Amino acid sequence: MAEGVFAVAEQRDGKFRKISFETVSEGRRLADALGEDLTAVILGQGIEGIAPELGKYGADRILVADDPALADYSSEGYTKVLADLIGEKEPKIVLIGATAIGKDLSARLAARLGVGLAMDCTELKIENGKLVATRPIYAGKIYIEVELEGTPQIASNRSNVMEITEVQKDGVIEKVSVDAGQIRTVVVDKRIDTSGRVELTEADVVVSGGRGMGGPDFSVLEELADLLGGAVGASRAAVDAGYRPQSDQVGQTGKVVSPNLYIACGISGAIQHLAGMSSSKYIVAINKDPEAPIFSKADYGIVGDLFEVVPAITAEIKKLKA
Amino acid sequence: MNIVVLLKQVPDTETQIQIASDGLSIKTEDIKWVVNPYDEFAVEEALQIKEKLGGTVTILTMGPKRAVESIRTALAMGADRGVLIDDPATEGSDALGTAKVLAAALKGMEYDLIIAGQRAVDDDGYQVPASVAELLDIPHVPFVIKEEITDGKIRCDCTIEGGVLTMETSLPALFTTQKGINEPRYASLPGIMKAKKKPLDTKTISELGIDPSEVGTAGAKAKVVSMKLPPERKPGKIIEADSAAAAAAELVKLLRNEAKVI
Repeated sequence: MAEGVFAVAEQRDGKFRKISFETVSEGRRLADALGEDLTAVILGQGIEGIAPELGKYGADRILVADDPALADYSSEGYTKVLADLIGEKEPKIVLIGATAIGKDLSARLAARLGVGLAMDCTELKIENGKLVATRPIYAGKIYIEVELEGTPQIASNRSNVMEITEVQKDGVIEKVSVDAGQIRTVVVDKRIDTSGRVELTEADVVVSGGRGMGGPDFSVLEELADLLGGAVGASRAAVDAGYRPQSDQVGQTGKVVSPNLYIACGISGAIQHLAGMSSSKYIVAINKDPEAPIFSKADYGIVGDLFEVVPAITAEIKKLKA
Repeated sequence: MNIVVLLKQVPDTETQIQIASDGLSIKTEDIKWVVNPYDEFAVEEALQIKEKLGGTVTILTMGPKRAVESIRTALAMGADRGVLIDDPATEGSDALGTAKVLAAALKGMEYDLIIAGQRAVDDDGYQVPASVAELLDIPHVPFVIKEEITDGKIRCDCTIEGGVLTMETSLPALFTTQKGINEPRYASLPGIMKAKKKPLDTKTISELGIDPSEVGTAGAKAKVVSMKLPPERKPGKIIEADSAAAAAAELVKLLRNEAKVI
């Protein structure tokens, strides 16, 4: 009889991604709703030392798959090890953070186990002892509720959506034996951004620029984003014009973000862009054109020249922080 | 190099999506259907590989009759042939059901490389390509912005949060395309003319040996039980002030005291 919840935590170079705490916290809530245990799972190499941290977010038990074969992510190796653990422990629900790696892993895992998967969920609840997942489709133009068949039920949770809650549990650590099987995909090189700036989908504050930036100089936005510990994003128009790299694009063909605060600067608000940011908690729009559709989605709007308004906001916040 | 591109037809991203009367699907009238934008990158990358290494590019799609238009678009770009799996039994398939159909079709084809878009912009599932790779027991790499093939191996730059992983794997393999990998070409007029004469086969799932109970709504392991529009955002406040500095001061006050986000 399947029982309990697995929350798979993602780490990189011995540090948990922020989403791992979201996944474990949400896993705790689901486990409580079921009246069952929460087991956190981490995979990697040299990670035993960081494992206890997950007890703080409500893990009753922490399974540590520590092996040289798991030092770098491979969908085959990680899928095999996780599938083996699921076979052995028989959880009812498996929750995985929907990062690039989490999306990839959950998809391959669900296919291997032949079970249902709800990807990139924004809300999870238990009804009649089963998981019901809410997820946006069409980049958030529509939300669907999904019921999952098969055991376990697998869901991935969207970055920055589930609340992080500290609730200390035992966090009993169990090292598990690892057989990663045949891994045909090897990581031969890594280039990781070391600027220290927070990643777009993980940021609490996103300051985005559009065609109204008029060129690749985003320094006024970067200054404000840095001050708020946030990230800089861009509209498709700005990316297509070559102002910013593709990885900064917010919208239906870019990233979907859900920060606490989204500041749209010189972005008119095409439907594809609105889809990518409308689940932000607060939206501020700054645009010269009072008719710009972005104002219809904004909590606060300023009609004006962003090159005057944004530095004025930065100055005002600096005053506050002084 | 025999390359198969998994292609999906989706509503144009400009579409204002509306919920149909059954409450579980979208209204399909008046929708302009297009090639999934991420799949355009997959077609372009396949064509570039073919231009370098020779071989064929086959477009594989599951969908209704109208999806022929999208396959023709890819043929007009330069792909060699198309295969459409059109079967009413597949309607309502979840990602795993779709992957089963595509994998079954692939088992009857020769391929060294399978390319798909990183996700389809309708379901945003990110699930079908990895599931196809799993069902075919071949390696795969997601979110690729650059690839290079040498001596039966492929090296891919895979984008993750805040970085890039270069992964190497053996062929046959599958990878998914991320925006930035290339600039998809437009179909030329001669291309469009030629596309009309290129082979395009339509198959049913029984021809692929699939049991209808495994796919479609009947076989779905992830079942849609309700559909709703996102919560409407309340009309916002336009800050009126004499100067940029005054507007900024008012905004910061609101963000701090009312929204409590800074």
